[in-house]
Amino acid sequence: MTPSSTKYELRCGLEIHIELRTNSKMFCGCKNDPFTAPAPNTYTCPVCLGMPGTLPVPNKRAIESTLILGAALGAALAEHSKFDRKHYFYPDLPKSYQITQYDFPLCGQGVLETPLGKVRIRRIHLEEDTAKNLHRTDPSGKRRSLIDFNRAGVPLLELVTEPDIRSPEHAREFGKTLRSLVRYLGLSNADLERGEMRLEPSVSLTSDGTLPPYKVEIKNINSFGFLEKAIRYEMSRQKELLEAGTRPVQETRGWNETKNVTMPQRSKENAEDYRYFPDPDIPPLSLKEMIRDVRSALPELPGARIQRWTSAFRIEPRYAELLIETRDIADRYEHIFEALMKANVEPNLFARDVVNGRTVHTAESAPKEVVWAYVGAAPAKDIPEKDIESAALAAIAENAQAAVDFKSGKEAALNFLLGTTVRKLAAKTDTGRVRATLLRLLKN
Amino acid sequence: MSALSGSGRAAHRYKKMLLDRPIQELADMTRKKEIRSEDLVREAYGAVEQHDGALRAFITVRPKEDALREARELDGEEQKRSLLHGLPFSVKDVYALAGGTTTAGSKVLEGFSPPFEATVVRKLRDAGAILIGTNTLDAWGHGGSSENTDFGIPRNPYDHTRVAGGSSGGTAVAVAARMVAFGVGEDTGGSIRNPASMCNVSGLKVTYGRVSRYGAIAYASSLDTVGPMAKSAADLASVLSVMAGKDPFDATSANRPVPDYAAAQREPLGSIRIGVPKEFRSAAVEPAVQEKIDEALNVFRTLGATIVDVEIPTIARSVPIYYLVALTETASNLGRYDGVRFGHGRGNFTKETVKRILVGTYASKAGYADALYLRAQKGRTLLRREFEGVFDSCDMLLGPTVPMLPPMLGDFVRDPMQNLLIDMFLGAFNLVGAPAVSIPAGFAGTLPVGLQLIGKMWDEETLLRWANAYQKKTEWHTHSPDGILTTAAQRVSDREARGADTAHRMPHDGTRGATE
Repeated sequence: MTPSSTKYELRCGLEIHIELRTNSKMFCGCKNDPFTAPAPNTYTCPVCLGMPGTLPVPNKRAIESTLILGAALGAALAEHSKFDRKHYFYPDLPKSYQITQYDFPLCGQGVLETPLGKVRIRRIHLEEDTAKNLHRTDPSGKRRSLIDFNRAGVPLLELVTEPDIRSPEHAREFGKTLRSLVRYLGLSNADLERGEMRLEPSVSLTSDGTLPPYKVEIKNINSFGFLEKAIRYEMSRQKELLEAGTRPVQETRGWNETKNVTMPQRSKENAEDYRYFPDPDIPPLSLKEMIRDVRSALPELPGARIQRWTSAFRIEPRYAELLIETRDIADRYEHIFEALMKANVEPNLFARDVVNGRTVHTAESAPKEVVWAYVGAAPAKDIPEKDIESAALAAIAENAQAAVDFKSGKEAALNFLLGTTVRKLAAKTDTGRVRATLLRLLKN
Repeated sequence: MSALSGSGRAAHRYKKMLLDRPIQELADMTRKKEIRSEDLVREAYGAVEQHDGALRAFITVRPKEDALREARELDGEEQKRSLLHGLPFSVKDVYALAGGTTTAGSKVLEGFSPPFEATVVRKLRDAGAILIGTNTLDAWGHGGSSENTDFGIPRNPYDHTRVAGGSSGGTAVAVAARMVAFGVGEDTGGSIRNPASMCNVSGLKVTYGRVSRYGAIAYASSLDTVGPMAKSAADLASVLSVMAGKDPFDATSANRPVPDYAAAQREPLGSIRIGVPKEFRSAAVEPAVQEKIDEALNVFRTLGATIVDVEIPTIARSVPIYYLVALTETASNLGRYDGVRFGHGRGNFTKETVKRILVGTYASKAGYADALYLRAQKGRTLLRREFEGVFDSCDMLLGPTVPMLPPMLGDFVRDPMQNLLIDMFLGAFNLVGAPAVSIPAGFAGTLPVGLQLIGKMWDEETLLRWANAYQKKTEWHTHSPDGILTTAAQRVSDREARGADTAHRMPHDGTRGATE
């Protein structure tokens, strides 16, 4: 076999951590707001500092959020679950163990469809985030390591996929789709730059389609762009090794964004022993009722909504995807689309203009006002008055009832005729002029 | 009882103290303004000043003026907060005390001042009880004799050459020597019952979840229980009524109503079947202890109990099961004491504690956990099933608390295996989670013997009612070590003068020994 004849295929799985947006931390009453805290160690208490004698009390909302994501991914939800202790010594871990879930995660197997293919989810579990180590130089020039516990104990969801990812683009697509879903469901802002969403791909290459006997985990990735780059870099690095007849070492590597390379962090040969055992401070969870409630309250998911928008409002999916940012935002656009339909304006034109930044509106405005502003905001073109008049006359003729309604005092009917006239003109125009023309014709 | 005229005479002398009286009686006297809380607090400090130099029950003694000020304030309150209003108490030094210090008996935490207060301490103080100090213990609860301490080793008040038991040794001594009206111990594998037995006081290990653990420095979280120590079962009931209940800060505390344990004492006894596990009649039980247990069974018969033989075979293996579970958890719980953010370095852990951390780490290590920790958990399940099954044929279990008389100081240090075996009848019920009470059952010579009653989960009421009935028929629990204390104090202070172990005193201890 000559090296050049071998084709290598990517086998990649992702481990994704997401900080959940809850009012309080995972096991205490401290505020969960590590990023915008006024100063380090503001949101701390004896519990999240791991003081002697303190005990964890699990955050119901965080458990619920994890189950919601699981339900949205079609995952098996655990009626019985528990928390475990994972032991290791590190300055950012005040109890010397992290409370996490080992063998009974809240969610089991699920699946996420992406435009580049589906990816199976292996498990989703809940744990606590660690504190943050800061390495700074003080005014006297001395290097200091500081610890900020604002983040210690923040609820952290961990999702692990099967190695179903087949290209760097696929990984990126998966990450973006998952982020959209998490935002849509209101579970987290999942802002990568803030560390609210962290991506760790496990990369290996196969030449015969079987799962290779090694994998390389990559850490320190804080954007989808770096995710793609890191996987691509790692693929070429591993390919070179494989072609030279060496199997890459199973290890953890870090992405170096200035050098655009991955660098070895620690080798799994001396893998740590975390001495997992069930946390005796937290009784086993019995979740039957919560699961029932989560399932019954699960909203229409983005995929289904995009499809419905396509058929009901003729919105192109590429715009729909961007407008379905959160459930609230999607709800708002849906109301606007309905108002546009009433005004006889194509919602897709509006969607396109929103996406392209050609129209702006505030979240507080009522859908009707948005429609008014949108129609009015269209730049005027030099259309001869006779064209406007003939379009307006045609609109009135086709919608005689609307004309009657307007004359009997229904102001709203004018909007309908206005929209219809604007459409007939098939060009952006000064709706003030159209409106004036319509009023003149109707009063005659 | 005539055989014990020596201690009987001592008891008589001690009757002069207010703190000899039951809590209910003190509450009545306070209500009727026959006595003031201030009198009780003065008496408590008097006993500490007189005896603690020899007995070493305390690690920290609160400044007397602070306690007296609190007493005077409470004396001024017309409405009594509870039966415990104005009563002096102390706690094992594992409870977080805001503004005080909590050491867990270890130099690792010497001088550590917690930023919050343990729930049980807050509840008792809110109920009007007055904290006068913290008691010596085996560091982190690691021991059965209180000798594994970095502070003074408490002496058995009945024989100062013997241990007080442990790990809540200091609290047992404080109650026995009438330095407090009651105390709070902590029982992980017998740590309340063992010293209660050795010091002739009553001690209750509650059902796991009955009392909040928030603020109790953990030894082994799935076994740790917070319980009262006092002079009688009736007193235990009075204290438990205040301590018990759901705590939003402890997820393992039970959301169950708290009965009025004190009132439950007055309910009619009815009939009861007392099971004696075959395993409790093991060869390890010293004849002198067995004799007292048999006598006690006769007392219970006269009270209307039927005695039945039962079997809980896995009790024979409860010691290894207990240690694998407890030490795995303690290795985890003690990981935070790295000496960086609080406390002092790991070099301050005693040899005993280091050993326990190592064994626990090993038992939960990958590759060993299956054979050790996980296997122990299976044993625990087996034990729980056998325990539940036994109540088909009886309502309560009875046996010796510890199989031997209080050992000589140093015995356990020389023979660590004995330290593990002393709790052979105790840890099983922590594994199960059931309530158990140790009460005085007589004396072998001058040395106290305790008996243990074990009940169904959540059924402290039955245990305490029958323990109370027994104490109405007997007088062992009214004995106190006064006469022995007076003569032995001299001997101990002589030894101290020769440079034996010296108690470490906390900075708060400024008023110790001061006279008023």
